[in-house]
Amino acid sequence: MRLEYPANVKIIRVPCTGKVDVMYLLRAIQKGADGVYCVGCLEGTCHYNEGNFRCKERVNHVRMLLEEVGIQGDRVRMYNLSSGEGPTFAAYAREMVEHIKEIGPNPLNNSAKV
Amino acid sequence: MNEINKGLNDQRATYIEYAQAVPLAFAIDPHACLGCGLCENTCLAKAVKYDDKVRETKLTAGSIILSPGTKGFDPSGLDYLGYGKYPNVVTSEGFERILSAGGPYFGHVMRPLDRQEPKSIAWLQCVGSRDTNRCENSYCSSVCCMYATKEAMIAKEHIHGDLDCAVFNMDMRTFGKDYEKYFLRARDKEGIRFVKARVHTITEIAETGDLAVRYADESGEIKEQIFSMVVLSVGLTIPDSAVNLAKRLNIDLNKNRFVKSDPFAPVETSRDGIFTCGVFQGPKDIPGSVTEASAAACLAGAELSEARGSDITTVELPEQADVAGQKPRIGVFVCNCGINIGGIVDVPAVEKYAETLPDVVFTDSNLFTCSQDTQEKIKEKIKEHNLNRVVVASCSPKTHEPMFMETLEACGLNRYLFEMANIRNQNSWIHSKTPEIATEKAKDLVRMAVARAGTLKPLNEKIIPVNQQALVIGGGIAGMNAALNLGRQGFKVILIEKESVLGGFSLKLHHTIEGSDVRAYIKELIAQVTSHDKIEVLTQAQVAGFGGYKGNFKTEIETGPEKERREIEHGVIIVATGAKEYQPKEYLYGEDPGVVTQIELADRLEDKGASDLNTVVMIQCVGSRNQEMQECSKICCQNAVKNALNIKKQNPDTQVFILYRDMRTYGLLEDYFTEAREKGVIFMRFDADNPPDVKAEADGIIVRTKDHILQRDVEIRTDLLALSAGMRAADTKELSSIMKLNANQEGYFIEAHVKLRPVDMPGEGIFLCGTAHGPKLISEAISQAQAAASRATTFLARPEIKLSAIAAKVDTEYCVKCLTCVRSCPFDVPVFNTEKKVIEIDEAICHGCGACAGVCPRQTIQLGFYEDDQIKCKIDALLAGGM
Repeated sequence: MRLEYPANVKIIRVPCTGKVDVMYLLRAIQKGADGVYCVGCLEGTCHYNEGNFRCKERVNHVRMLLEEVGIQGDRVRMYNLSSGEGPTFAAYAREMVEHIKEIGPNPLNNSAKV
Repeated sequence: MNEINKGLNDQRATYIEYAQAVPLAFAIDPHACLGCGLCENTCLAKAVKYDDKVRETKLTAGSIILSPGTKGFDPSGLDYLGYGKYPNVVTSEGFERILSAGGPYFGHVMRPLDRQEPKSIAWLQCVGSRDTNRCENSYCSSVCCMYATKEAMIAKEHIHGDLDCAVFNMDMRTFGKDYEKYFLRARDKEGIRFVKARVHTITEIAETGDLAVRYADESGEIKEQIFSMVVLSVGLTIPDSAVNLAKRLNIDLNKNRFVKSDPFAPVETSRDGIFTCGVFQGPKDIPGSVTEASAAACLAGAELSEARGSDITTVELPEQADVAGQKPRIGVFVCNCGINIGGIVDVPAVEKYAETLPDVVFTDSNLFTCSQDTQEKIKEKIKEHNLNRVVVASCSPKTHEPMFMETLEACGLNRYLFEMANIRNQNSWIHSKTPEIATEKAKDLVRMAVARAGTLKPLNEKIIPVNQQALVIGGGIAGMNAALNLGRQGFKVILIEKESVLGGFSLKLHHTIEGSDVRAYIKELIAQVTSHDKIEVLTQAQVAGFGGYKGNFKTEIETGPEKERREIEHGVIIVATGAKEYQPKEYLYGEDPGVVTQIELADRLEDKGASDLNTVVMIQCVGSRNQEMQECSKICCQNAVKNALNIKKQNPDTQVFILYRDMRTYGLLEDYFTEAREKGVIFMRFDADNPPDVKAEADGIIVRTKDHILQRDVEIRTDLLALSAGMRAADTKELSSIMKLNANQEGYFIEAHVKLRPVDMPGEGIFLCGTAHGPKLISEAISQAQAAASRATTFLARPEIKLSAIAAKVDTEYCVKCLTCVRSCPFDVPVFNTEKKVIEIDEAICHGCGACAGVCPRQTIQLGFYEDDQIKCKIDALLAGGM
């Protein structure tokens, strides 16, 4: 569909969002990412039954952990869509980038540019 | 004009039909093309040929399958609906495109006239179906009630504010597995209105573009309502091209242009060796079409089973180089993809950048990295530079990864030592307006891919043998057909039946609605099964124990009155445990001898005829579509019509009343419903919350029900009251627990995918057919059995299977046996071996989702190709560049 979304977004492929470890999310923030988000199947349609719910729990857990150490938890988010929803994917990418621009750079990011 | 989007928007003269088209290639619209020659000159691959011509090819084939498909009914000729005249009247196909993210309005629900969000939408059912006045289609299209309900649900979801959705229908025919639940959700939770009426006129209100819908309600009162938009639920029709094809091949069609078929041979045509499937066979939905496709493949293949595999060329692969312990030597191939990438991204700069990355020893760039000559070049470079990892920076791994992996394999490199950077779909295509940014992002993506490539390990797909024998559980029509068709494919089958005779529930039936003799069919079928040299039948047999996995199952069977135990080894399982008739608790059943089920009525008509019957009343949906059983039993409406027609045939003076909620004589069954009305059978609708009242009196049974047309209660004195008792799944709790098979809350087994894998069960190598899957007709059970045999054949036809290398592995040394993985796996794969005291993950049954790896608190479980280090290094590489 070649829909535009900001180039700030880079994708890392996993077999299922259920594979996304808390460590991956924390590491991204620790290494200076301003935001991280997971994109899984719509709730109830996970190919592996419940992987996206596991991811959602982990995202919520990481958000809490970040808040505890004084970093905005909302830098980490979970989105759900079906593989046929290209425009929604692009819309979520724009929404996430806009949102991160609003809250500003990651305080752990030494190079500090968005 | 964009034909896929039903003319709701325009498209260029060179176009891709739609995003999922196969092949995903551009075409030229001859009506719009000016012949300027620009595309021919621009195309680097020289793929545009204006002078391309139709070519004829001769093929020799042993069997033919006809699946020419369907075309939505064109309502342009029905002037009272205003299609083509009023812009806000669209067909259901058009509305489907409006809802689609890839459609004319990108998924925003808008009406065509003014691109405003509609406030109310009306769906009109049976446009071009169940109609011999306005068109020639006497049949029901079977799918429109469900798709209209779905479209209404999705429209409500897309429009966040208030949207009034009304579906005008004669009967809501949501008869498939789990469909009634969907309908109830639409009506009760989402507030979609279902109005019992056939609309007679639509007129446009000139100032607003709104539409006035005039209809008569059930009491005959004329009503009018204004809607922002009207959707015509158009039926399925057979295109002229398919009719011409049938003529050329000398295949008989019925009056509605579907292939003429026998209820006991549903996918066979009037000509030997030619089979059919899908809507050409009769109106049906996706699961039915997919099932029939497998059934047709089964029959087409059975006649050719001796030749199976004889035309296949096997590829000899060189021995794999051992890369263990070697330092990574990475080759990076950057693709221009014509101008798709190279036109935006500075490919030479990306290639130059790749040279600077750790462990990269070779880089190259190509016009089309996926072309055949580039594959040869990649092979040469791998050998020349002794590469042990390959990165291709081009397009999506979803489409091209398998091909590049084959290239690696062909020169002795393990296929998993490969990584792709998607610098086209995820980069040049979406950042085409900012080439510098796209180039920088391409560098980031290549850096990430190179980092991951360095961590990749060779993975080997384990090869396991497949036991060439099948186990079929259940000896009814479905089980016997499955066994017979597997036998015809040349495989040994063990068919187990819990009763002492074969036949199952069908032994209680006499004729199909078409008049075919079920008893004669069963007798012949049993004879074929028992005399087949590949089939062994075990009666009074039950499953007592079970183990193993796809291709290698071991089942313990208890057989005969002595309960002899016997262990069977087999490669596949077909579950065909059937269903039974509901035993009513309602309407004096069991108390008054004049109250019978439809099965008992059929027996009675066979024995005694109908000459002594003045009146027969039938009540539908007994034990179906109620609190206890939400689902529709699918077969009861046609069963009632069948018995009613039989009564009328034997004694035209007998009065027959059928009290129903929605008559669900779907597909070609509609003709029998029409015939019953013509013969004087009286159909009276009742509401679920106001069911008929039945009491016994000395001279007969009194049935009291509300007549909607008279708007008052009527009393019918009847000799016999026949209850259309629904279907119930056979009791398979024990079998399910031994074999770990999943059933839904109604007790019917669950398929792997409702639409796309309708006869596969979630566990690999296990298939499902007949009423064990859900209520269905004999013809449907037969095609499903043939489909299950077909799916089982694809499994058994290979002497061995390759397991996916992307499976979880547990490091038992560091595992603390906390059992988190055992609890978390959605497929119950990790188990605790109580003898060895370790967690075991069987790669033969692992689905490779990584859920266990994600939950393991000590990271002792790793998923092949997606190990933690192989993902973390990508995060690190990305962020090492600063964002």
